Amino acid sequence: MRLAREYAPAALVLVAGLLAWEAVVYVFSIQFYLLPAPNVIVQSLRETYPLLVEAGLYTFTEAVIGFALGCGGGILAAMAASTSPGFAGLVLPYAVASASVPIIALAPLAIVWFGVEQGSKIAIVVLMTFFPTFVSTLRGLTSVTPQSLELMQSYAATERQIFLKTRLPHSLPMMFTALRACATLAMIGAVVSEFFGGPVKSLGVYIKSTAALFQTRQAWSAILVACALGLLFYFAVVLAERLAMPWHFERREH
Amino acid sequence: MASPIIELADVAKTFESRAGATEALRAVSLTIEAGEFVSIIGPSGCGKSSLLRIVGDLVEPTAGVVRVKGKNAHQARLDRDYGIVFQTPVLYEWRTVLDNIRLPLELAGRPRAEREQRPRALLRLVGLQDFAGHHPWQLSGGMQQRVSIARALALNPSILLMDEPFGALDEMTRERLNQELLQVCAETTATALFVTHSIAEAVFLSSRIVVMSPRPGTIDRVVTVDLPRPRTDKTRALPRFFELVTEVRQSLREDAGLAGKPARPGGSGP
Repeated sequence: MRLAREYAPAALVLVAGLLAWEAVVYVFSIQFYLLPAPNVIVQSLRETYPLLVEAGLYTFTEAVIGFALGCGGGILAAMAASTSPGFAGLVLPYAVASASVPIIALAPLAIVWFGVEQGSKIAIVVLMTFFPTFVSTLRGLTSVTPQSLELMQSYAATERQIFLKTRLPHSLPMMFTALRACATLAMIGAVVSEFFGGPVKSLGVYIKSTAALFQTRQAWSAILVACALGLLFYFAVVLAERLAMPWHFERREH
Repeated sequence: MASPIIELADVAKTFESRAGATEALRAVSLTIEAGEFVSIIGPSGCGKSSLLRIVGDLVEPTAGVVRVKGKNAHQARLDRDYGIVFQTPVLYEWRTVLDNIRLPLELAGRPRAEREQRPRALLRLVGLQDFAGHHPWQLSGGMQQRVSIARALALNPSILLMDEPFGALDEMTRERLNQELLQVCAETTATALFVTHSIAEAVFLSSRIVVMSPRPGTIDRVVTVDLPRPRTDKTRALPRFFELVTEVRQSLREDAGLAGKPARPGGSGP
């Protein structure tokens, strides 16, 4: 009930937006190849459904594997770096700077290195998700207050105990902030890398080729599938976040 | 009150930084008997927090000897002889009140039965038995500090180190917690070392007050508090209470050079 009340206004905005879109297309007689009305897109989606599911799964797999490797690697690297403040200080500036590097620009080269199939897309997603996760997790692990550490030291806690009972739980909110952002990045990375080449039954190639042929409604229905998968991915991470640190959300709702 | 539990002999601490060396403590000697409640008072920069951390082996002295229960401070820390309370409660928000108190028992690898029962007993001791399942942010500042005190007592430490634990609380809450702290200490055999900048608090709680002067931190004098126990609200109204408050205040004034007299050299206990 509370959930319904919370999201009802947002749902209303969506419905209103779709109705407005529909109305604008008909009132101004916009050509469907320029901007198809929502009902036309849904109709097209119904016709090409099996193909889109197949293409969607292909792309989604790239995003999920890339996310798992990139974020998992980022977390592990941050854990390793957190044990050596000197090393962390050495690599952190570069990891932070990597946020301004358009990694997607490497997509054509990734195809040269890893082939035209899923490997090259996964590589791009790994690169896109590794650094943000590394930076946020490392910040989380190392931003423990001096008093927290003194408290642990006063009880003769081992490094392992300090890590497990102080640093790791303290880092979770920051780690999950990065993971949520990376879920979105992973989907973008997978779809956009496919624009540079890939099998026909992938979302990126499908969107690119249908758009090139002015089959706008097909392109839009594929974009819709990409949106749905992106949202699904994002909310899966949000769910994991809630399960991993229920206290954090109790506090927010308090 | 026979055996010394904490002995400091000619302890000095100099902090090195890029801006140069800062002498925080010079030639501090002090002997504390088991069961005593000793407050350290002084203006900011007098090294009172550093002194507390040196006793707790959180900071190493540059020179001098620290003996705790006949051992060096490092060994005492490894033996978990300390319970520590900071100015901020330092509670973990991901743990409930009960789990926060349980932390030291987990770190020490105490048996399961003790890990279950001890935190509940301590919660009753600080009067928070109804808040076992709460998270820290659901508690007031005073309640959080009571949880922090309960946690410090979890391993039945011989020495309770407190660094301005009530400094961030309002006057009313502070006075109530002073009272409670004395009751809690009466039920343990712990020796207390208590850093504060409140004269009234130091007089009310202590058996002795160590007055320090700054730059470099030295012990200026030690005031013995001969107020009767148990101490209650009535204690605060005794003429002797005011005399002692005045005596400590006078000492602090001398430190600041307001009385125009040179500071006395550092000395040990009475």
